[in-house]
Formats: sequence, C-alpha cells, structure tokens
Amino acid sequence: MTTTKTAATVRGVRSARDPNLLRLLVMLVFVFVLMTVLRPNQFATIASFNSMMRQFPEYGIMSIGISLAMITGGIDLGVVGTANLSAIVAAKFLIGTVPRGAPPAQVVPYLIIAVLLSLSVGLACGTIAGTLISRFNIPAILATLGTQQLFTGIAIGITNGRPQSGLPLLYSRIGNTEFFRFVPLSFMIFFIVAVSVGIMLSRTRFGTFMYMMGTNPRAARYAGLNNTSIILRTYMISGLLSSVAGLIMMARANSAKADYGAPYTLQCVLIAVLGGIDPNGGFGTIGGVTMAILILQFLSSGLNMFNNISNFYRDVIWGGVLILVLVFNKLLSWREERRAVRKSMN
Amino acid sequence: MAASVLRVKGITKSFGGVQALRGVSLDIALGEIHCLAGENGSGKSTLIKIISGVHEPDAGEIEIDGRRFSHLNPKEAIGLGIQVIYQDFSVFPNLTVMENLALNSELMDKRKLVNYKRARAIAANAVSQIGFDVDLDERVENLTVADRQLIAICRALLQEAKLIIMDEPTSALTKKEVKALFAVIKRLQARGLSILFVSHKLDEVFEISERYTILRSGENVASGSTVELDRKTFVFHMTGRQFEDEFYTPSAIRREPILSVRGLSLGGAYADISFDLAAGEILGITGLLGSGRTELVETLFGIFQPEAGTISIRGKEVRIKSVKDAIRKGIGYVPSDRLTEGLFQPQTVERNLSITVLDRLSDHFGFLRRGAIAAMTRRWIGDLSIATKSPALPVRTLSGGNQQKVVLARWLANDLSILMLNGPTMGVDIGSKYDIHVLMRKLAGKGLAIIIVSDDLPEVLACASRILVMRDGVFVQELDPTVTTESKLSELSTGIA
Repeated sequence: MTTTKTAATVRGVRSARDPNLLRLLVMLVFVFVLMTVLRPNQFATIASFNSMMRQFPEYGIMSIGISLAMITGGIDLGVVGTANLSAIVAAKFLIGTVPRGAPPAQVVPYLIIAVLLSLSVGLACGTIAGTLISRFNIPAILATLGTQQLFTGIAIGITNGRPQSGLPLLYSRIGNTEFFRFVPLSFMIFFIVAVSVGIMLSRTRFGTFMYMMGTNPRAARYAGLNNTSIILRTYMISGLLSSVAGLIMMARANSAKADYGAPYTLQCVLIAVLGGIDPNGGFGTIGGVTMAILILQFLSSGLNMFNNISNFYRDVIWGGVLILVLVFNKLLSWREERRAVRKSMN
Repeated sequence: MAASVLRVKGITKSFGGVQALRGVSLDIALGEIHCLAGENGSGKSTLIKIISGVHEPDAGEIEIDGRRFSHLNPKEAIGLGIQVIYQDFSVFPNLTVMENLALNSELMDKRKLVNYKRARAIAANAVSQIGFDVDLDERVENLTVADRQLIAICRALLQEAKLIIMDEPTSALTKKEVKALFAVIKRLQARGLSILFVSHKLDEVFEISERYTILRSGENVASGSTVELDRKTFVFHMTGRQFEDEFYTPSAIRREPILSVRGLSLGGAYADISFDLAAGEILGITGLLGSGRTELVETLFGIFQPEAGTISIRGKEVRIKSVKDAIRKGIGYVPSDRLTEGLFQPQTVERNLSITVLDRLSDHFGFLRRGAIAAMTRRWIGDLSIATKSPALPVRTLSGGNQQKVVLARWLANDLSILMLNGPTMGVDIGSKYDIHVLMRKLAGKGLAIIIVSDDLPEVLACASRILVMRDGVFVQELDPTVTTESKLSELSTGIA
C-alpha cells in the first residue's frame, strides 16, 4: 500500500517536471504539422530540412550559452558581440598570415591556430563578463549589456566596420562540409555542444551547483559553494560557446563582420524562456531549449514560404510568442503554488 | 460571562479534498484577550481567513455583535470592526508613518485631495491612543519590525476595530519588544477591544491571554480559561503527544577542547571573545538580536573574517578562509533563516540534502554518483524520520520541522566534529522541536561538539550543558543551566533587572 503510493507520487512529481517538455513536444509537432499541411511541397522536403540544419546551429549554440547564464540566475546579452569579435580576430589572423594560393596542406596549421585564437577570445570575453558579475556584483543584465557594447565596439574599431573577407577557401569548404550530403558540420557541432552541455547540467557536480546557486545564491554560500567561481566558469563557457557560434557564422558567410547576427540576442533569450529556462534561475533543461530552437526554426522557415507575409511580421510573431510563453508560465506556476498551499494545509 | 463580540459555530472548510477545518467553534467575549493556539497546519490561519472574509466556509455560522452570517467578504468584515494584523503587517514601507496611518481613512472618505493638516491630526491621534512615540514623518521602512507592527495596530484602531486578530505577532520580535507589545495589547483591552492572539508559544499564551482555544488537525481539542492550563496539558493538546521533561547531562565531555577561541574581535559586531568547546558538549550562546551572536558563529563558519584574535582547532591555530574551508575543517552550521539561508526552497529534498557532500559523491571528473546520492538521501530521511512523500519533492512542501531536519542531515552527512546551530527550532512545531532537541543530545553523546545560538531561553536551558550570555558584542557571563533560571538569563541578556 505504502510502496504503491510512494511510486505513484514519484511518478506524479516526475510528470510535474516533465509537462514543460511535453508541452514543447506538442507545440513542435503542431508547428510541424501545420507547416506541412499549409506548404506540403515546400516544408517537409529534404532541401528545406537541409537548409534549416544550416541555419539554426549558430543561434542555437548561443541560446545554450544564454540558457546557462540564466540557470545561474543571470543572463548573457554579450553572446553576439563575443561571437563576432572572436570571428573577426580569427579572420584577421587568417587574412593577414596565410599566403595567397597556398596549398591546403600548408593552410591547415593556420586554420587550427585561427580556431584556437577565436576560442581564446571567446573565453576571455566570458571571463570579463563573469568577473564583472561575480567580483564586482554588477547585475548580469547590465554587465553583459556593457560587454556586448564593448565587444561590438572593439570589433567595429579593428575592422572600421567593414566585412573581413578573402578567407582561405579551405575554411569555408571545411565549414560547409555535409555528411552523407545532408548533415552539415555546423549541425554536428551543435549536436555535440547540446549533448555535452546537457550532460554537464544533469550529470555533473558543477551542473548541480549551477542550478542550486541560481535558485538561491545566499543559501549556496551557506552550503559552502564558491559562487564567484561558479559564475565565472558559467560565463566562460558561454563565451566559449559564443566563439564556436562565431566560427560557424564565419564559415557560412565566408567572412566576419561586427554586426552579423544582430537580432540573435533577443531571439536567443526568447528561445531560452520558451524552452523552460526559469528567468529567475535554478530551473530548465537543454532538452527544452533544443525543442524551442526547433520550434522557432520551423516557424521562421515556414513563414518564409509565404510570399505575402512580410519579414516584419516575424518580429510581431516572435514577440507575441515570448509574451504568451511568459504569461502562460506564470499562470502555471500560480496554479502549482495554489496546489502546494492546499497540500500544506493537510 | 460578558457578551460575545464574535461567535463562530461549526465552521467547516475544505480545499480540493483536503479538510482544513471540521466543525470548529470559537467564542470571544467583549474586551477579552483570547489565544488561538495550534501547530502549523492545524487550521488556525484558515479560521482567521474565514473570520476576516478572505475564505468562504463550506458550512457553519459566524455571529458578530449578535448578527449572523453564513459568510463574509473582507469589506463586510472590516465594516463590522474585524481587523487582522498579518505577519507582514501590510504596511507601505516607502511611505511615512503619517501617510500609512491617514491615507486609508482619506480613501475611505472618498476624498480626492489629501489635506496634510487633517492627515497629521488623524495620525497623531492614532499613535497617542496606544502611547506610541514615533516620528510621524519617518519612512516606515526605516522603522524596526516592532514599530511597523505598532503602525499596523494604529491603523486598525483608525478603522474602528472591535476585534483585532494578531497572527503570530511575536515571531520577529525581541523579548523586550514582546513586553512592549503586550503592554499595548493590555491598553487596547482597557479601551474595550477584544484581541484574538494567534500563537504557538506557550509562555506568551500564559502571559497575555485570559482564555484559549486550541486547534489540532482542523478540530477543537480544548478551550477554557488560561489560569487552569499548565504547560504539559497545553503541549499535549497541541501535539497529541506526551513528552518527557528535557534536560541535558553531558556524559562524555572530553578534557581537551576541540575548539578554542581567544580574544576574537570583529568591529561593530563583537569584541574580545574567548571560549573553549569540547567534544560531547552543547554550548548555548544566548543574547538579543544584534548582540553579535550570529556574527560570532558565522565568523567560525568562514562567512566573516575576524579583525583580531585566534581560532584553534584541536590545539592548532587556524584561519577559516571560507565556508568551504570551515567544512573541510569539520565545522557545520545551520543558519537562522531557513527560508533564505538554509534551504533552496523550490529544489528537491535530495538536492538540498546532498549539496554539501557532492564532492564526496562524485567521481574524479565531477560526474555525480547518482545511486550513492539517492541511497544517502534515503538513509538520512529514514534516520531523522523526515516526513516527505518523496525525495524528489521540492523541499518547500515540507513542514518547518522537517525542513530543519533536512538542513541538519546535510551537515550530519559530512562527518563533522563541530556543529553550530543558530535558532535551531525557530518556526518549528513543538513535536519536531522535541525531536531536534533529542537528536542534538544524542549527537553530543556520540562525541560531536555543538554550539546552539538561541534566544529561546527554555530551549537553551533544556539543551545546553553550559551557557554563555552575550550582550552588546561581549560575553557577560557563563552560566550552568542546572542552576540558572529563565529570568536570570533574560536579565543578563537585556541588562534590565
């Protein structure tokens, strides 16, 4: 009797955590079916999937970075600036050092150095943001708004705002590789990032620390967690991921520029919230974020297939979705709270 | 008996299948101080909310001034002179005392413009009614908790209250402030008001009220005149359990101290503190809020760094650089505020319990050993009999006592040599309080060195083997609990005889 009751309650609890994932899955299927029905010959085709797989990894990876920051109770608005700055540094290095017409074998070492350079710039950017937040106690939203301006400013400064093109051909050739003539390299990178970050959050000590600190930094301090180091590491990871996104953007555009992907910042916040990351910190999973990425990609690719819907409507739709999700989540949490209150009266 | 100001009969209320009240009755006479007692979840709050019109009862009858109602709405309740002073007082912190007091009546009169002269007169009149000396132009956020409470009482008076319901009014007050509050309550009574005083603290019930009503699990279990009530019966009615008398005789205090503090000072908090603590000992530190007691133990836990003095553990001088460092040195700390410092309220019981031992329960690369964590959680839930349906539930769904046990388990899982508890049973019901006391004594018996910081004097007397009284940042005296009384302790910590 007691055991069955306990089992039932445990299941009840699980499904109380999962409804978010379930809701997202329903939404994902709904959007997919809707677009397939409305644009049967365009949406559910190999070509359109291939194109979607090339589009979302760059902002998907940045969404994951923002999500990590949000789980610790902060936010990282500097992801796009970091991505562009690190890509520009890599591009400048390649353009400045690789001799023209060098054979591929000779270019490879330069590419490796460029990638490492760009990743280090990403780490450095994350370190700056993390230091401002953890050591100087500046609210994350202000600190990263500042770093976003700073990084974009530096990027404009060192390029005079001009696109950095003339990269060695090999870079974009590798960057645009497709496995089985269908799966782009960028998608594979996204996949690896999502899985490893997901494992980090759910299976490692550090992941648990992030959730706990995001829930209540004061209690975290009293439990012996090193909040400063957790915050710092979180933003370093976010910076690193941003530079990966920057490298992907650079491969797709075959150039780097200070204002690439400008609208991504808010889009990534939208994805994180839609994906169930609690803006107050402490909750959310990469599974949810991934589904949110797919939902938005389906929506935006689908909408693109309607000639009479202007691109401007996309902002209206996305803004609307964000507000709806926020209100819906609030309503749900109120309902849960009322339920908890009732239970505690027992 | 005098006429009733409020008579409640056979009130029943359920929330989604949960029966909160089962036919509860309550009778408050004119000019009476009546105490409503009961543990958390006994239905006290639900009853108050029904009387004040927030909830509608499923069945039963409310009679106020001879008029009968099947239910009220908040406006009607206020109109009938029922005022509730909730724990958060519902005052506007960013407004001045005068504005807080006068604006309500200005609004009630449907005035469009505020006449500051009239507002000042109203406010001045209200504070003088209870002999409350306060600057009318001070912002309420700058006032102490006790003063804010008095503001709320004044406001109730302005709305022509006949019955003032105070929901656990003393939970955030110091002993001295409680005394002052009681004086105000007596004054209100002299003016012919009735007071319903909601509390689960026995001493207060005995001190202030004339009659009492005790609820348990949504039912009346006892009521009558307070003078005929004794401590044991009160606790029995509240909990339905019989408890042994409590005291602690240390059986195995080691000779060498495990912790020695010499001349420890922190500016603005405490100065020149010296004491020894041996394994098997329970050292009680008592003092008022602001006496430096919390800063002292938090220094030993690595939250603050002392400006002078030394700390030695097992004879070796150490510097406790951080909380993590303190844990490494075998020191655990149960902070005073469970809500904001002790627990991660929305996170699971398992996460809350295992957070301090994750280093041990994860592998070389930082991957969690989830089986070991689950097993450890189950073990501690069993060992401390923590009442929860599942370790996967958010810890906030647990009662105060069980939450406190989760914090305790977190430290006990850590192989400590020194455990410090700040207000270990604050806001915990009597049954769990007793359990926690028993547990502390058992742990000390097993060789743990324990420090409890508490202003719950009976608790200190019952648990500690030695008591240090702190006042204004210094130790004023060391006492032996077996030969000390509560009044002696209170005298020493307030400095008022």
